[in-house]
Amino acid sequence: MTWRPRLAEGTAPVLVVLLLLLVGLAIVGPAYDEPSGYLALLKRAAPLMILAIGQYFVIVSGGFDLSVGALVTAGVVIAARLIDGDESATTPVILLVLGFGVLVGLLNGLITTKLLVPSFIVTLGMLLVLDGATFLWTDGAPRGALSAGFRTFGRGALDVPLLGEIPWSVLILLAILVAAALFMRSGTGRALVAAGDNEAAVRMSGGQVDRLRLLGFVLSGLLAAVAAILLGGFAGVSAQVGSGLEFRAITAVVLGGVLLGGGRGSVVAAAAGALSLEALFTLLNLLGVSGALESAVQGLIIIAAVAYASLGGGLRQRLRLRPKQCNTVQPAPS
Amino acid sequence: MTSDATPRVRLSAITKSFLGVPVLHGVDLDLRGGEVHAVMGENGAGKSTLLKVLAGVHRPDSGTIEVDGEAASFAGPTDAQRAGIAIIHQEFTLLPHRSVAENVYLGREPVRRMQVDRRRMVADTRKLLDWLGEDGIDPTDAVSSLSVAQRQVVEIVKALSTDARVLGMDEPTAALADHEVELLYDLVRRLRERGIAILYVSHRMREVFDLSDRITVLKDGRFVTCAPTGELTPDDLVRHMVGRELGDYYPDRAAPEDFGRVRLALRDAGNARVRDLNLEVRAGEIVGLAGLQGSGRSALARAVFGVEPFTTGRMEVDGAAQRVTRPRTAVRLGIALVTEDRKGDGLALRQSVRDNTLLVRRAALRGPRSRARHDVPSLLDLVTVVARGEHQEVRFLSGGNQQKVVLAKWLAVEPRVLLVDEPTRGIDVGAKRAVHELLRDLAKRGVAVLMISSELPELIGMSDRILVMHAGALAGELPAGASEGDVMALATGHRAGAAA
Repeated sequence: MTWRPRLAEGTAPVLVVLLLLLVGLAIVGPAYDEPSGYLALLKRAAPLMILAIGQYFVIVSGGFDLSVGALVTAGVVIAARLIDGDESATTPVILLVLGFGVLVGLLNGLITTKLLVPSFIVTLGMLLVLDGATFLWTDGAPRGALSAGFRTFGRGALDVPLLGEIPWSVLILLAILVAAALFMRSGTGRALVAAGDNEAAVRMSGGQVDRLRLLGFVLSGLLAAVAAILLGGFAGVSAQVGSGLEFRAITAVVLGGVLLGGGRGSVVAAAAGALSLEALFTLLNLLGVSGALESAVQGLIIIAAVAYASLGGGLRQRLRLRPKQCNTVQPAPS
Repeated sequence: MTSDATPRVRLSAITKSFLGVPVLHGVDLDLRGGEVHAVMGENGAGKSTLLKVLAGVHRPDSGTIEVDGEAASFAGPTDAQRAGIAIIHQEFTLLPHRSVAENVYLGREPVRRMQVDRRRMVADTRKLLDWLGEDGIDPTDAVSSLSVAQRQVVEIVKALSTDARVLGMDEPTAALADHEVELLYDLVRRLRERGIAILYVSHRMREVFDLSDRITVLKDGRFVTCAPTGELTPDDLVRHMVGRELGDYYPDRAAPEDFGRVRLALRDAGNARVRDLNLEVRAGEIVGLAGLQGSGRSALARAVFGVEPFTTGRMEVDGAAQRVTRPRTAVRLGIALVTEDRKGDGLALRQSVRDNTLLVRRAALRGPRSRARHDVPSLLDLVTVVARGEHQEVRFLSGGNQQKVVLAKWLAVEPRVLLVDEPTRGIDVGAKRAVHELLRDLAKRGVAVLMISSELPELIGMSDRILVMHAGALAGELPAGASEGDVMALATGHRAGAAA
């Protein structure tokens, strides 16, 4: 079997949208004449793209993770308070924040799969619990400060030979994206999507659907913690740093053509959806559209993207096109 | 028997096809007030379709419906209801958390001063319950507190509350325990005394002879005969139901000396659905498992595969006792189950041919075994799947090719015991033959095959011997080439425990 590039179903539109937005940026923004402008965009988009990758694992296996925004806030606030400017605390606290993300993901996943509470409700509850706990712990005003070492990941850059200065966040993003894409080609990754498509079929094939789903939530929690580390460095410490990010990540995933309810979509497209969203907000900003409109725009996108996905299928059915019904070609001589 | 001169309902020359596949050809049926008219036939004979035509769910392609001697045409179930026809379906349609009266009048609540008139609703429901002589049920009881048999009474009351004079019942005893069946008999007899015309669809011989006044037999969508129950013997009925030529081609059977060791054995195994199962399937052998729907055939396969595990008795795989409590264990022991519902739990329809082919290997196995031992193309060649490519989503394949992908996903893990449940349901003739040859080929390579099929010619044509189930237990064993009549006699409980 020769390898040839192939797009997962539903991936093409987001790539077209992304390309149009980048062209739009080049026309409107003077900063986008050079690669550095795009690098800055990528750096800004990295936390959202990482969140979208995490969200993808949950959505493609048939769930939702609404807790990631609150998890980002909690991660930043915890890190600031525990480090409190002490450089030597950087590494242990980073590990602690990552562990906290895994723990929250584990809880989300266990409650969803073992107690059979819909993930939408579980993670909504987790969002409220985390928000409340963060508020209680900080009295509304985060205390402490992040160390310079901690902030490097969000704002620093590494001098890469031949390429020049590449932001740490972009390098981390690329590493995660490559790992995620490879994972989705593995047996476990394929089984994760299959579980989102038809749980019964996976179970009757000897698969452990609950464990697969749990893995999705854990990955989402872990990646939310990574996003928290980047955002803490990039945006600084505040009690609002993660607010609304869960919906933004879901919008990005849906924009990437990933089917809500699971079973279809590519992780690279989900990340491309996040980049598109960031590019769109940048473009709107350059055009002088008020930032206050961002959430309205986001709302329209999420509705339009889902409508497109279901209308597409519905229309095809109504027209009886069934585009890929084609049973005439024998694959190989037997 | 109190019969009116004009039948309540007369169906004449009813024809119905689905997607070009004829299901009913020119079927006649008339229902008189105060009679129980049974319709019998094998699975797929067209009984349920006929019932749905009567209920207005399906419109016949041709033929006429008369109600009380006047031509009628039903655009939908509401029209049939208005004409006094109501159907009690196999699945109940009651809301468990509402009261009996609320369920009976669901969507048609009596209204008084813009409010639901509860008092009248309860009084009217009580009147109907009294009329039926059912004093054990109160209109204000929550449906969830009732037994299955009582819920059936509520369904019937609901039908009567629309002034139904014709009642269709689809396998009404399927969900009932033995002692509840008697209660249903009583109820049906009372309905008959009160002049209701009852169409009773069943494939249980005993019930039909206990209850019905006349019997109509359908076979392959055609009307075979209609006769007063007293003029038929169970043997006649079986002959009418099966009488069909066995002309199809099937691969040659194995010779007894080709059979190897016992791969799968059950010793007194049972659970809530099946009991006292004793059987052996040897390497190289295809054992057919016959029985009517609900007889426990699929439940047996699901128990072996660990979906609903055995709770009593023993199960042995290659001579070693095993406890299989989930499919994963079964798969790792080398047991495969091709389920009867390939879209429901066989395939992940939006995934590609390749992903589905590798599904079992990836989902159930670890380490080197989970990686490719054969590659996908050779597996697909083996089962002769025709697809545009490995990346095509399986939902775009024909039913036959989908079924071949299901087989391929199991071949990918080289099972020792292969359970197949309705392996050729809904697939075309060419694909059927390919599946048959593949099953025989696997048997030759030492796989023990247990095949469930409702298509008797297929089952008889393929099997080296046939086990017949009835009411959750094995009713008997028949040798290769047994007649359809022998199988049906055991399956309907007409004849018990025939010797091999």
